[in-house]
Amino acid sequence: MTTHGYGPRRALVVGAGRLPRALHPVAWWIWALALAVAASRTTNPLLLLLIFAVLGLVVAGRPGDAPWARGYRFYLLMALTVIVVRIVFRVVFESGVTPYDHILFRLPRIPMPDWYAGIQIGGPVSLEAVLSAALDGARLACLLCCIGAANMLANPKRALRVLPGALYELGVAVTVALSVAPQLVESAQRVRRAQRLRGTGHRGLRALRVVAIPVLHDALERSLLLAAAMDSRGYGRTGTATRGSRRLTAALLLAGMAGLCLGAYGLLDAAMPAALALGGFGTGTAACVAGLFLGGRRVSRSHYRPDPWRWPEWAVSLVGLVSAAGLCVSAGYNPSGLNPSLYPLQWPSLPLVPALAILASALAALVAPPPPAAARQAIAVPEEPAASRVLTGARQ
Amino acid sequence: MIHFDQVGFSYDGSTGPVLRAVSLRIEEGELCLVIGETGSGKSTLLGAINGLVPHFTGGTLTGRVVAGGRDTAAYKPRELADVVGVVGQDPVAGFVTDTVEEELAYTMEQLAIAPAAMRARLEETLDLLGIADLRHRALSTLSGGQQQRVAIGSALTAHPRILVLDEPTSALDPTSAEDVLAAITRLVHDLGVTVVLAEHRLERVLPYADRVIYLTGDGLVAHGSPGDVLRRAEIRPPVVELGRLAGWEPLPLSVRNARRVAPRLRERLPDTPPLPTRAARTDQATTPSLTATGIVVRYGPVIAVRAASLTLHAGECTALMGRNGSGKSSLLWALQGTGSRASGTLSVGAAAADPARLPPAQARRLVGLVPQTPADLLYLDTVAAELAQADRDVSDRSSAGAACSAQSAGRILDEIAPGISAGTHPRDLSAGQQLALVLAIQLAAAPEVILLDEPTRGLDYRAKASLIGVLDQLAARGHAVVVATHDVEFATRACDRVVVMAEGEIVTDGPAPAVLTASPTFAPQIAKILAPLPYLTEAQVAAGLDWVTGS
Repeated sequence: MTTHGYGPRRALVVGAGRLPRALHPVAWWIWALALAVAASRTTNPLLLLLIFAVLGLVVAGRPGDAPWARGYRFYLLMALTVIVVRIVFRVVFESGVTPYDHILFRLPRIPMPDWYAGIQIGGPVSLEAVLSAALDGARLACLLCCIGAANMLANPKRALRVLPGALYELGVAVTVALSVAPQLVESAQRVRRAQRLRGTGHRGLRALRVVAIPVLHDALERSLLLAAAMDSRGYGRTGTATRGSRRLTAALLLAGMAGLCLGAYGLLDAAMPAALALGGFGTGTAACVAGLFLGGRRVSRSHYRPDPWRWPEWAVSLVGLVSAAGLCVSAGYNPSGLNPSLYPLQWPSLPLVPALAILASALAALVAPPPPAAARQAIAVPEEPAASRVLTGARQ
Repeated sequence: MIHFDQVGFSYDGSTGPVLRAVSLRIEEGELCLVIGETGSGKSTLLGAINGLVPHFTGGTLTGRVVAGGRDTAAYKPRELADVVGVVGQDPVAGFVTDTVEEELAYTMEQLAIAPAAMRARLEETLDLLGIADLRHRALSTLSGGQQQRVAIGSALTAHPRILVLDEPTSALDPTSAEDVLAAITRLVHDLGVTVVLAEHRLERVLPYADRVIYLTGDGLVAHGSPGDVLRRAEIRPPVVELGRLAGWEPLPLSVRNARRVAPRLRERLPDTPPLPTRAARTDQATTPSLTATGIVVRYGPVIAVRAASLTLHAGECTALMGRNGSGKSSLLWALQGTGSRASGTLSVGAAAADPARLPPAQARRLVGLVPQTPADLLYLDTVAAELAQADRDVSDRSSAGAACSAQSAGRILDEIAPGISAGTHPRDLSAGQQLALVLAIQLAAAPEVILLDEPTRGLDYRAKASLIGVLDQLAARGHAVVVATHDVEFATRACDRVVVMAEGEIVTDGPAPAVLTASPTFAPQIAKILAPLPYLTEAQVAAGLDWVTGS
């Protein structure tokens, strides 16, 4: 017991922040999106590699066995594909060669009709063209991996739970849709197996019908049952919205979304004036918040065990934002460091400030609390033998 | 607590009403059992309690239904969610989230219950239903019984005063069903929740029921104390049949009560039943139709069937029993040849062919399988089209002479389930009729061995009785029949031989009467009541009583 009573309580909160638990999904999304913004600002291969390394470090630190967590490999594959496609396109479609270019090889040129003169296929392929395509691809791949990491670190369904009340129905629809896909696959497999019992050896369209009809029947039946169950469990109990407030909500949300799109485009594309980007972002956010607040009033629900937002959440979002800010600011005074020129061809240098900014985001791996899954299983197992020991003891 | 006042209901476009002038009153804290044959309107009656009928289903409801003081005409199901909790037949279909805790919290979230109260209620519910150790598990990884208890829990967290359960145990094996029913009776006794329960397998629930509502099938209901209603009802569990035969008064409803009055009956009966459990077979049962040795089925690291060896004889009906996940289905699928088989040999018929090496169309001529969800095989719009397709499938692929032995699927269906209209959509048939249709389709190929995977799921007493008749006919014609089932009463009446599986191994294999009476927990009700006398069915008891009066 302390004299002022505030001390231990506060200590408890700081300690609780680091207990094994899932970090708030929004914190992970902020962190990952901030890294994506950072990645979009550079084509320096060293910086991009650094971002990949940070993503790898953080993702590898929390191996999830949950189904949504297994997808990171697919994001990596997709990223590789993006780079390859980008290079192939650049090689196949000739794009002007300057006298300084190092020519790697020449593809046979395919003559195009006059009215299609804008695009040329084949011709000389320079090292510079291939490199710039690869770097562009790598930047895109990096963005993809950021999204993939966010998906892996935060359960997407859990992320949907933080949607404001106004978007609740949307969240439910997405959640249900996410669970329907595996059910459909399972029921298609079951039906195919069962059809073999009937000896039906149909091919093509008929085979599709043979499987699709029972599967669709199944899915339809299931969705009706689900709807009935949700209705009986109180889904969609009416709140206090009038027709007017509903329209106002819709208008505000639409305007807000338009503003956000404009802002996002501005932030990601360095060519847009900063004022327009920030202005769009600001008004968009304001309109959205107002709309969501207004719309949220018509849904009366509560949250079971909402994910807490404690200092690790602040810290994770902050280190993400630091890296984004670091690169955005550096883009102003050190453009050649972030986007090194390929003429003359030289090894890129590692600019100090952006590199430190990116490294800062790796701190997320340290400040985020350890994931909970392993801890829970360890507790759950020894409980049962203990209980049975009590019983047998009583019998003796 | 629940009040039906002159309630009538008919679905849009249907010919007759489902319910006619139903008036009844269910008092607070009662466990009320709703019985009736398939299609008699049990689900409609249950749905009317929380307003799903007619708000969700459509149709016309006349009269008044009041649940917990709220008239369902004025309140929609979602507005009754805090008064009436509903649990359906298939718990998975009603799950909205994916972990146990989130599912239990879902209803409370909808009712906007304060987070602190929510947390406390959830912990209570976890303990009440004995699912605390499952709290972080994903719903898809639970067994059927666990899923059903989670579904009950998720209705209970809203603290409803009424709980409506539509056949909660119909898809469960006996042990899981016991768990669920134990949980339900605990709710009635400890919490005073009013429970309305529809159930096919009366023998389990009847001892706990305070009131029975019997839907006679013409839209009318009879209701009252269980003894009164069952004396008149067409649907009777074996213990009631026995009580009526013996003229016991009052009618005992549980094995325990029956056993207390049984000594006098046992004295009257001859020591050995004058009738065997089932009519004796001709000596066909010695020709093996299918011989399987060392069958192994594995799915990755899981071994579903562990070196099972089995010989099936022509003219013999075998029950394959064992708890859920003991490898029954895997064994049946492997015997049919479509399912995977890691090792082991299989030979069917005189030609000693292995169905797994044949194309599907020929494999089904050796071994036919009716899977757990028969509807998976149906994909056409009418029963007639399905039957015609079945005949085409057989004639297309038959080698010249083989076709003559096969009967047309339509003729077979008429025999085993007369009166199914040819224009009906297969999905509109009852569970029993769907089963008959798929069985007819499979029999059109005239297989020597016919396997049925849990055909008794969701069947009422009448449908089970007619299935027994069909299986008897098949055996008499020289088919070897295997039925995977949990239903001990069904196995007693339908099967000559019982094979019990556990953890993928065959642990017991022997004549049905011996296996079924070997353990008291596994025995049919009549055997439990009359032990140590070896009587298994009420037909045997009736014959025994006749024999006494005759001599």
